[in-house]
Amino acid sequence: MSSPVFVVGLGAISAIGNNVAECLTALETEAAGIGEIKNLQTVHRGKLPVAEVKLTNEQLATRSGLPATISRTALLSMLAAKEALDDAAIKDLSSLRTGFISANSVGGMDKSEDFFAEFLVDNTKGKLRNVVNHECGAVTELVADKLGIKNYITTISTACSSSANAIFLAARLIKHNMLDVVVAGGTDALTKFTLNGFNTLMILDQQFCKPFDENRKGLNLGEGAGYVVLVSEKVMASLKKEAYCTLSGYANANDAYHQTASSPDGTGSFLAMTGALEKSGLKPSDIDYINLHGTGTQNNDIAEGTAIKRLFTDRYPKMSSTKSFTGHTLGACGGLEAVFSALAIKHGIIYPNLRLETPMTDLPFVPERKFLQNIPVKNVMSNSFGFGGNCSSLIFSKI
Amino acid sequence: MKTYIRATGNISPQKSFGHQFLTDVIEHTGDRLTCIEPDYKGIIDVKLIRRMSRIIKMGVAAAMECLQESGVTVPDAITTGTAYGCLEDTGVFLTKMVEHNEELLTPTAFIQSTHNTIGAQIALMLQCHHYNNAFVHRGFSFESALLDGMLLLVEKEANNVLVGGIDEITNISHSILRRMDLYKRQQISNLDLFTTKTKGTLAGEGAAFFLLANESSSNDYATLDALHTFYKPISIKETEQQIVSFLSAQSINVNDIDLIITGRNGDIQNDAVYDQLQRSIFKNNSAGNYKHLCGEYPTSTAFALWVAVNIIKTAVVPVVISKAIKNKPKKILIYNHYQNIHHSLLLVSAC
Repeated sequence: MSSPVFVVGLGAISAIGNNVAECLTALETEAAGIGEIKNLQTVHRGKLPVAEVKLTNEQLATRSGLPATISRTALLSMLAAKEALDDAAIKDLSSLRTGFISANSVGGMDKSEDFFAEFLVDNTKGKLRNVVNHECGAVTELVADKLGIKNYITTISTACSSSANAIFLAARLIKHNMLDVVVAGGTDALTKFTLNGFNTLMILDQQFCKPFDENRKGLNLGEGAGYVVLVSEKVMASLKKEAYCTLSGYANANDAYHQTASSPDGTGSFLAMTGALEKSGLKPSDIDYINLHGTGTQNNDIAEGTAIKRLFTDRYPKMSSTKSFTGHTLGACGGLEAVFSALAIKHGIIYPNLRLETPMTDLPFVPERKFLQNIPVKNVMSNSFGFGGNCSSLIFSKI
Repeated sequence: MKTYIRATGNISPQKSFGHQFLTDVIEHTGDRLTCIEPDYKGIIDVKLIRRMSRIIKMGVAAAMECLQESGVTVPDAITTGTAYGCLEDTGVFLTKMVEHNEELLTPTAFIQSTHNTIGAQIALMLQCHHYNNAFVHRGFSFESALLDGMLLLVEKEANNVLVGGIDEITNISHSILRRMDLYKRQQISNLDLFTTKTKGTLAGEGAAFFLLANESSSNDYATLDALHTFYKPISIKETEQQIVSFLSAQSINVNDIDLIITGRNGDIQNDAVYDQLQRSIFKNNSAGNYKHLCGEYPTSTAFALWVAVNIIKTAVVPVVISKAIKNKPKKILIYNHYQNIHHSLLLVSAC
């Protein structure tokens, strides 16, 4: 049960790049992916900025080998999951017990929206092919089938912490010796459903988001997918490549305060971070970098910040919210940020928290504002907190 | 991975709430079995009842009944499985969004449409800050939640876990699924589901919760010894192999099973899998059915588990489950497949 779990493959697609290398370049050059809505057909175009992946469904389909008529959630997932698996370069995958644990919050909602417009007028109308993959699990299966993974497949949906929980479960299944290799992470495409939902909550910034700024006004929604390939110690020994890092800690807690808002003292966040440290056997002072949940809403950032203040007391690690680049990708963010965390360890880099002008007055620390390199990064904490009070923290460690 | 099932709570198309066990079997006519809901006052705060959609009320009430029976006030973990999630709230928000062209929307339905709402609402009501997870994988949703709970017990991360499987039918979802040709075209009684021998099944729904514990109490229903799922088997041969190796991993074989509860749903094509198995590996076993009582839905194995643990606890096999009576079964195997994609095996034993 205490055997380590290794991260050996990374895959990502987001508004800042169509693969891991492009995302990394954007992070280094401080190039955010937020902008005017181009792909999504919505009345909010020109009013609400979002962080869209810069490819159409047709382009995604060509690259992924899946049909352009299926959900964008699956198309994004396929590209990132395939990249992660290719990066891991595991020979003889078919002889190993392989799992695909993916997370998402919208499933095939982008297509269901198309279906619904016709269906509402006449419930014998609307193309069934647009609603057949509505379920979150259907999106996972489209990708699992294309990747040829069938030993264990499941889907998690705990709002914004979904893909952190997917990675968490993957590690446990490896530790229980139930699986040898797991592709784990998450995906979400922008949909009218989520854009309008967040808009009714009045937590969308009409400008580019400013996480952890005193004058922050909300989040920008994003889309994308991020996956890591986790392997057991035994599989690791058979690989010719170095691992990026280990997944050394993880914890899941519930804020139990409100369906959509975080408690003022960040109870759930505090418990998740504390639990992950305990699991990894590390002290707060061992953490070199926190990839913040940092959505840019008034509520999240003060709750998360307060929890960090309580936990780290006086020695604060470097930290930043990469949502200032990618927007909030909901079910994908834990996966994408796990990829960024692994890269931070491998390359010894810290990402900037863009557009931070006025630090929050109630917090005794300020996230990094510039890209830093040649920094020894041994342990990274990645936070994902969400609706329903679901809070999860992961810790990645240098080998 | 043996765990103890200490308590249950179930809202289903049968009179299951209040710990009744099929004493008064309910007949439904049509292609849809709807849950018999309790009066929620006294179970859930009246102010909350007004805001909650039907699936949330059913889920929360089933969870509360389960906890009450267990004597546990705050479980060490909560895991839920739902294939479709909160369909009613999803439908409400989607309808308004389309009809009002993305204008004049209110947040309530959106907030409650997320798939983790039921687990989150339970945590909120109990002030439970512990582990909380939600699985949404079609015919594996409940099984995934159950596996997560069992692993937490093995890891000693929890001494008890509240696990639930929940799905609802709405008018919208039913009219869409009906167009996919899943249900019977003729009006039949659910009690005749297995005699019509035609295409299609009956739609079902339900909310069933269980308290799993790593130690026995004096009053457990049964033990859940093992769980296994397999995906898209390439042949009936593979299905047989999966079942045989599942049992041998528990150091038993099919002859040790007193009753097999299968997921027959009345659709001739779907049930062909069970027919084949009952001619091969299960040929000497007593078998029973449950989907004529709850209908077909992706998390129906939660209802099947409730049936199995109640049979073990009461030491009686209701005739409506199986006529091949072998009373006082000690070992029950639940084998279900959902659309021949998601196959699951649950092994339940007397304590």
